[in-house]
Amino acid sequence: MDIILSIVYLIATVTFIVGLKKLGHPDTAKSGNLIAAGGMGFAIVGTIFIHDLEVPTLIYVLIGVAILVGSIIGGLIAVKVEMTKMPELVSLFNGFGGASAALIGIVEYGNADIKGISAAIITTILSAIIIGAITFSGSLIAWGKLNGTVKSVVKIPQYNIVNNVFFIAIVALGTYVVIGSIDSQILLYALLVGGLVYGILFVLPIGGADMPVVISLLNSLTGIAAAITGVLYDNMVMLVGGILVGSAGIILTVAMCKAMNRTLASVIFGSFTANASVEGVNKTLGSIKSTTASDSAIMMNYASNVVIVPGYGLAVAQAQHVIHELEELLTQKGVNVKYAIHPVAGRMPGHMNVLLAESNVEYNMLVEMDDINPQFNNTDVVLVVGANDVVNPAAHNDPASPIYGMPILDVENAKHIIVNKRSMKAGYAGIENELFYNSKTAMLFGDAKDTLTDLVAELKNM
Amino acid sequence: MNELLGFISSNLQIIYIVILSIFVGIEVIKSIPAVLHTPLMSGANALSGVVIVGAILVMLHSNPTDYVALTLGFIAVVLGVLNVVGGFAVTNRMLDMFKKKK
Repeated sequence: MDIILSIVYLIATVTFIVGLKKLGHPDTAKSGNLIAAGGMGFAIVGTIFIHDLEVPTLIYVLIGVAILVGSIIGGLIAVKVEMTKMPELVSLFNGFGGASAALIGIVEYGNADIKGISAAIITTILSAIIIGAITFSGSLIAWGKLNGTVKSVVKIPQYNIVNNVFFIAIVALGTYVVIGSIDSQILLYALLVGGLVYGILFVLPIGGADMPVVISLLNSLTGIAAAITGVLYDNMVMLVGGILVGSAGIILTVAMCKAMNRTLASVIFGSFTANASVEGVNKTLGSIKSTTASDSAIMMNYASNVVIVPGYGLAVAQAQHVIHELEELLTQKGVNVKYAIHPVAGRMPGHMNVLLAESNVEYNMLVEMDDINPQFNNTDVVLVVGANDVVNPAAHNDPASPIYGMPILDVENAKHIIVNKRSMKAGYAGIENELFYNSKTAMLFGDAKDTLTDLVAELKNM
Repeated sequence: MNELLGFISSNLQIIYIVILSIFVGIEVIKSIPAVLHTPLMSGANALSGVVIVGAILVMLHSNPTDYVALTLGFIAVVLGVLNVVGGFAVTNRMLDMFKKKK
């Protein structure tokens, strides 16, 4: 029996590796996902049925019910959720995985003869509980921050020190339990609560713009929690699967940081929310010029090259369908239209591509940053919709700016720039954007969806 | 010190597997286009739901009268399945959108 289950796990492990590999290429991504999902299903079924234990029917029924309930809820959420909510959803699911690991740890601590087992096993159990708890509460906070429920940016002086001291305290308490082989439910729950609190403290001060990086990091941690649980059961599929997610997650996190020209340390320790450089920029901003939908429509109608720069504001306003309508209309009128996609447009790298793909925008109309930047010189009109930080020239010119050095879309090279924004409020990074004060820029204030609908109506009348 | 060496010698295989897996994970993910970061993160997230295997093991090993363990195990299975099914389904949905453009 044992060897059969081992073979099942071996096959599942291979599907995970192949699946992840295929997920990295556009043409094979879908099959990669299905292969990994199949392997996971195989491992789950194998775990339930291939063993020598005498298991009462009741437990089989309970497992069946749990799987059914989880599948129905998970499936429904996955199908119903709006694509704009994708980052939140990944975060939420990730939190569930972490919680699952923590619960397993709690049960195993209860089952184990703490006085009789090795320090290594107690360490494993406690690590699963603490890491699982951190990812659970951290993911929930990240979820809340992304959907706007959790707003507060805590500004306690020396926050990082407080945070790190707290973490060291948890580790110290854990070490005490391990070394003393202490069988205490109270200390166990203290560690659990400690992990939960640390997860909150860890994510709370990190700025919203950095949330995708945090989610990716937490995702990696869940993988590590799964791997630790795997060690506990000497279970290879959990061990290898978890480590794979852990290391791949770290690489992905670093890749995301690179796209934003930030280091992982600056994301975690230097919250992006600082208002530090605002005073520095304010002095030479000058005045802004606003425009109307009809003027903008005329401008685009007589242009030969138009580039649309979509940002998260577009997604929030659910304007991705209207923008496609606008783009089709312009194309019909003989205007050459393209979308300029910044790597971190939206709330996650690649998020904007998903959103526009959902509205049936042709894949080849989406041009990546490095390819579109040289073309702005020949662009007549740039229409910026709900994007801010990714077109902020401060990234090039202002060494004091928190986004200095971040690669941006060089829209200021175009002949005319129309910026659609709801108000002059600063972007996610909380800093001023001198692009709005550029003499070539005209501000088109209003909700993205309403404004674009007006633009479409104006264009239809021409 | 002796205890540490003892730990290493009795877990040598696991240590090998962990180190090799780390490198496999890095190699597999290296140099992927930014377009795929979101689906990849979501897919990796679904994979981390492998913790469900542990949750099932908890339930299989539980004494049917140990209601605390059974309840916690039950919740762990539900949450793990949510992670797995939701994760893969949502990744599939995202990738579907890319596909029909081709």
